[in-house]
Amino acid sequence: MKILVAIKQVPDTATQMKLGADGKTIDPTGITWIVSPYDEFAVEEALRIKEKRGQGEVVAVSLGPDRVKEALRSCLAMGCDRAIHLNDPAWGAADTLMTARALAAVVKQEAPQLVLCGRQAIDDDMGALPAQLGELLGWPSAYWIMEEAVDADGKTVRVARQVEGGLEVFDLPLPAIVTAQKGLNEPRYPTLKGIMGAKKKELKDVKAADVGLAAEAPQLSITALEALPPRPPGRIIQGDLPTAVKELVRSLREDAKAI
Amino acid sequence: MDFAFTEQQELIRKEVASLARSFPADYWLEKDNSAEYPWEFVRAFAQGGWLGCIVPEAYGGSGLGVTEAAIVLHEICAAGAGTSGASPVHFYMFPPMPVIKHGSEDLKRRYLPGVATGEIVMSFGVTEPNAGTDTSRIETRAERRGDRFVVNGRKVWNTNARQATHMLLLARTAPRDPAHPFAGLTLFFTPFDRAKIAVKEIAKLGRAAVDSNEIFIDGLEIPVEDVVGEVGRGFYHLLDSLNPERIMTGIEAVGIGRAALERAVQYAKQRIVFDRPIGQNQAIAHPLALAWAKLETAELMCLKAAWLFDGGRPCGAESNTAKLLAAEAGFEACDVAVQTHGGYGYAKEFHVERLFREVRLYKIAPVSQQMVLNYLSEHVLGLPKSY
Ligand SMILES: Cc1cc2nc3c(=O)[nH]c(=O)nc-3n(C[C@H](O)[C@H](O)[C@H](O)COP(=O)(O)OP(=O)(O)OC[C@H]3O[C@@H](n4cnc5c(N)ncnc54)[C@H](O)[C@@H]3O)c2cc1C
Repeated sequence: MKILVAIKQVPDTATQMKLGADGKTIDPTGITWIVSPYDEFAVEEALRIKEKRGQGEVVAVSLGPDRVKEALRSCLAMGCDRAIHLNDPAWGAADTLMTARALAAVVKQEAPQLVLCGRQAIDDDMGALPAQLGELLGWPSAYWIMEEAVDADGKTVRVARQVEGGLEVFDLPLPAIVTAQKGLNEPRYPTLKGIMGAKKKELKDVKAADVGLAAEAPQLSITALEALPPRPPGRIIQGDLPTAVKELVRSLREDAKAI
Repeated sequence: MDFAFTEQQELIRKEVASLARSFPADYWLEKDNSAEYPWEFVRAFAQGGWLGCIVPEAYGGSGLGVTEAAIVLHEICAAGAGTSGASPVHFYMFPPMPVIKHGSEDLKRRYLPGVATGEIVMSFGVTEPNAGTDTSRIETRAERRGDRFVVNGRKVWNTNARQATHMLLLARTAPRDPAHPFAGLTLFFTPFDRAKIAVKEIAKLGRAAVDSNEIFIDGLEIPVEDVVGEVGRGFYHLLDSLNPERIMTGIEAVGIGRAALERAVQYAKQRIVFDRPIGQNQAIAHPLALAWAKLETAELMCLKAAWLFDGGRPCGAESNTAKLLAAEAGFEACDVAVQTHGGYGYAKEFHVERLFREVRLYKIAPVSQQMVLNYLSEHVLGLPKSY
């Protein structure tokens, strides 16, 4: 069974974001880039499916500039068999729909039985891509999945997502798109052998023309980014206990409107 | 000249950093308090195949160089694991070197695969009560009896002996000849036979989690097949692990300094005294900046020495210099980190206290700062030997 995992390279969660001079982009200096954590769940799940079935191929794919190669190498080090890098200036300002079109084109070429993604990327938190991809391909899709089991024949996949008080279970015919929620698994750390092996695995550069796409303009563009306002300083309520409690309750009710 | 890591080295750096950082500072604090060996940490590194870093691929390892081993140890230390995390791992990185370089095919086949997987836990038996800095004075004797050697003697500072399954052991096989003091020493790679070796732990300043011991060897029998390289040339074989040891421990000190510095910088931004973050005072900021600059310089020296070693070039001056500068830089960074924390720097809870105690080691071992300066005076500057 062939599985395609779509991953995105994002700034490390510990990064302090700074706005670029143009007010529309993030200043990339000093950013450590990582594979988006939800996408790591997707990679891990793909590898587990392959290992459980004892055969198959896991292909990691990502769209982005040159630096994205490093993220794809990490996926190869984890155990993916090969990687596809959608790397073309034409995709420089790609919105989710353009990215979905590019991925759909790759999916058509590669013809996997399953596409796995993270439930959203942790940079812009759009979470739109998997649905758009499903729509473009006309494939069933299930989101925020906590459990997954592909049937023995590789014809359907049973997935479960958390809902209030329990799990909601679906059966999807394959091919399908499934997005990973935290809790699906615990991603492995690449081994040293995995890292060494990654160097020898295929990491293919793909341009828009290679997948039959013409240049298009994004329909979504960022007009402005705003930094979060600095957090107001905390307040320490003075006085003896009964007065302080009274003041705390008043302040929570009237100033903060929290209760 | 190219200072950039290869893509693979960069990936190694990143992945070791994230694996090491999955063990939080409190894990190490707890191990230090309870003096428990950090098995969980060692197993995680064994599982990831990291212990086989320098073991050739033919024997189950990854066949990488001292440069990669140095990157691994640096990241372990920079993650806050300190010597407590680095020591158990570095025993897989330099003690096997003489076996790799000089061991017989049979010896390599028998031992290296177990080293690569971490099944073998090693100790390094060189230092003795009457022979620390002057290794030629060791008194532990190995006498040949038929197809085996029988060893009697005493070693001190034998790290890891409580857990060791094996030991790289240096012993005298011929009397000391003042004209050739380093001849007549033989290196063995031998199972740690607890029926013949008694272990007595030494209480010490730091790294309580990883034991250092006095060991008493009484009639230990070692088959001749377990001699590393040639009988009588053990010291020269050992030299192949001494330069890597200096490079690796050097870069550990740099990593520890970085971990302490990271905490100190964070603290300097947050601690408000006289209505401003203390880091706004140049008396706080400049020592931190200087510590950073010195760590950076020392790391460069370590990596240069590693690059020379991996290229098969002489690297004695550079390895010694790397260890000298790194031990200073790491110690200064930890000292500044404690100072930056004020009273809290002295409290265990803030972790720099542990790093400060641990990093002190590197000015003494594996070779003292004075002996490095002796080496440079004599061998690099050509000054007369003073002792
Ligand atoms: C925690 C720890 C772990 C260790 N682990 C191991 C291990 O696993 N295996 C192992 O074999 N050893 C180990 N060692 C031993 C270490 O390598 C020695 O302590 C070190 O080499 C110094 O030897 P010494 O302690 O006998 O000092 P000595 O040789 O007694 O020297 C004492 C002092 O005098 C100075 N000195 C001596 N001669 C001169 C001179 N001519 N000029 C200037 N200064 C001089 C030295 O630099 C030193 O400061 C460990 C040590 C420690 C503290």
